Amino acid sequence: MPGPADPGFDTLALHAGAAPDPATGARALPIHLSSSFVFESCEHAASLFNLERSGHVYSRISNPTNAVFEERMAALEGGAGAIATASGQAALHLAICTLAGAGSHIVASSALYGGSHNLLSYTLARFNVDTTFVKPGDIDGWRAAVRPNTKLLFGETLGNPGLDVLDIPTVCAIAHEAGVPLLVDSTFTTPYLMQPFTHGADLVFHSATKFLCGHGTVVGGVVVDGGRFDWSRAPRFPELNQPYAGFHGMVFSEESSEGAFLLRARREGLRDFGACMSPHTAWLMLQGIETLPLRMARHVENTRKVVSFLVAHAMVAGVGYPELEGHPSHALAQRLLPKGCGAVFSFDLKGSRKQGVAFIEALKLFSHLANVGDCRSLVIHPASTTHFRMDDAALASAGIGPGTIRLSIGLEDPADLIEDLKRALKAAEKAV
Amino acid sequence: MKFQVQGREAYAYTGGKPFDAALPCVVFIHGAMMDHGNFTLLARWFAHHGFAVLAPDLPGHMQSAGPALTSVEAMADWLLALLDAAGVREAALAGHSMGSLVALEAAARAPARVTRLVVLGTAVPMPVPAVLLELGQRDPLAAIDRVIVYSFSTLAAKPSYPGPGVWLRGSGRALMRQVLARSADPLLFYKDFAACNNYANGLDAAAKVRCASHLVLGQFDQMTLAAGAQAVAAALKATVQTVPAGHFLMQECPDGVLNAVRQALR
Repeated sequence: MPGPADPGFDTLALHAGAAPDPATGARALPIHLSSSFVFESCEHAASLFNLERSGHVYSRISNPTNAVFEERMAALEGGAGAIATASGQAALHLAICTLAGAGSHIVASSALYGGSHNLLSYTLARFNVDTTFVKPGDIDGWRAAVRPNTKLLFGETLGNPGLDVLDIPTVCAIAHEAGVPLLVDSTFTTPYLMQPFTHGADLVFHSATKFLCGHGTVVGGVVVDGGRFDWSRAPRFPELNQPYAGFHGMVFSEESSEGAFLLRARREGLRDFGACMSPHTAWLMLQGIETLPLRMARHVENTRKVVSFLVAHAMVAGVGYPELEGHPSHALAQRLLPKGCGAVFSFDLKGSRKQGVAFIEALKLFSHLANVGDCRSLVIHPASTTHFRMDDAALASAGIGPGTIRLSIGLEDPADLIEDLKRALKAAEKAV
Repeated sequence: MKFQVQGREAYAYTGGKPFDAALPCVVFIHGAMMDHGNFTLLARWFAHHGFAVLAPDLPGHMQSAGPALTSVEAMADWLLALLDAAGVREAALAGHSMGSLVALEAAARAPARVTRLVVLGTAVPMPVPAVLLELGQRDPLAAIDRVIVYSFSTLAAKPSYPGPGVWLRGSGRALMRQVLARSADPLLFYKDFAACNNYANGLDAAAKVRCASHLVLGQFDQMTLAAGAQAVAAALKATVQTVPAGHFLMQECPDGVLNAVRQALR
């Protein structure tokens, strides 16, 4: 493919990693639902096992359909390669456990998805991996939290629940000064709205269940490596630059300067933890990604219209969307997210928990469920669902009010969404 | 494995096995702005099939100390010095792109020490467009991007390299950026590509080579066009094999290149 530049984002979303099937001519990607792959000879088998050849052996480690999804995600992120996982949580776990072990330490943003927070606060702590949480905007806090045993810094492009924009260039500089990578959860933004590697991040992961899939059908994740962190000179990472007894003494940074992390993650993490993606899931993810640029543009366009409506409504106390001037991350959002701040945001209803419930129950187009990033619009009332055990004081400390509502704006006609919200706001008003 | 070569520390990957100078030796030489990782799969295969393997990082590239050498002739002398440091009397040389010129020149300078010559992705001479050399001096990151675009022939090379899930353009770009960052020499890109451009001795060198020679070329190579390899193939009386790949043929067609190099070293 001659030309002075790489293919554009929209082209990569359709073609990266895939070509017409050479065996059948099938234009759409086949789903390779095969657990294992036949060896040509004993020598061929041995050389595949010993990484003397590239190829597929067993679908827990790699699969042709999954490989297309991985290569496409790496292409869209501007990375070197990727690994598909069973869920976003599995992707986070794989990234962390490739670099960290008992006695390790992580510095993480305090504005994280609840599942990530649980993993770091409780589960990994049980395995003696400790985490210090820092408010994402507290730059001095990030620097001060780094310890000699810190293995990575970690945050979300748009934090939870307030959509704090992570200052990736600054936090990344702190990470690199300490000799550790920055891992970023880019689920809410997708590579369409931001490519964290261009701002210096080293590793990116997604809950692909959300906007990448886009249709609310399957659960999956992916971790992408930018390939630019020099592990061979990083004294904190003997996992990557010293012999690994679990693979014939392999030194991953000697095998590949740019692919050391992915080699270990696949050869240890996927092999031993086994949280691989189903090829059927990978295929559905790819179906979603083919239209990602179109969908994300529409998600953002619809969100802006809904935000404008809510900001002006008498029953709304406040809207937390970084494109609004009053949002604490507004300036950062303008710099790092010029194409938009995604389609998930929260707003506060004036009134009580009861009014929040009335609002939710009056909605007809919005689906009440615990997910985001679907092509259909979604809603949840944290005080009565995800955070129902908390009293109002505890909710406030988490940045959630009794009337806080989280929306994930879909691809419906925005006029219909606004009409639905109008009706529900009226119902909330009457439910005093 | 570390060596001292010409008074500086040099690194060579040995294919995942301890280096044994008593075995038949094959040396893989990488191209401009790359490192030994160009040859990881080939190095591992030959190291596990009876060969002693050296895949060095050329001076000033990743794990070998700088400064970078600025001529193919100097790189060839360095390569022969590496053989001395490793206790290797004779070896097969296999080089890609700039590394192919280094292998060719080394085979001409020490014909008695070279048992086979395999040149991959080559053209002799190897002219580099002035606009790319100028870009390499002014904006090496943009020059890297330009080279990456022209080095790959497809968006979907299978089964990828060194394994599935790797986006070849991205990994190539990431490696070149690492090589540039680690060298701390903002002119490294320019120096490597200028060395290719300035090497004028290729056909004379080919006439001095005594061992059997083999060319492995990418059918869709836009960096070193197949026509540019005809003269050196004739001068070397070389066999020529073509694989369906662009300039980074080891990455786009790893099994095809392995088969070709196996035949060459048989």
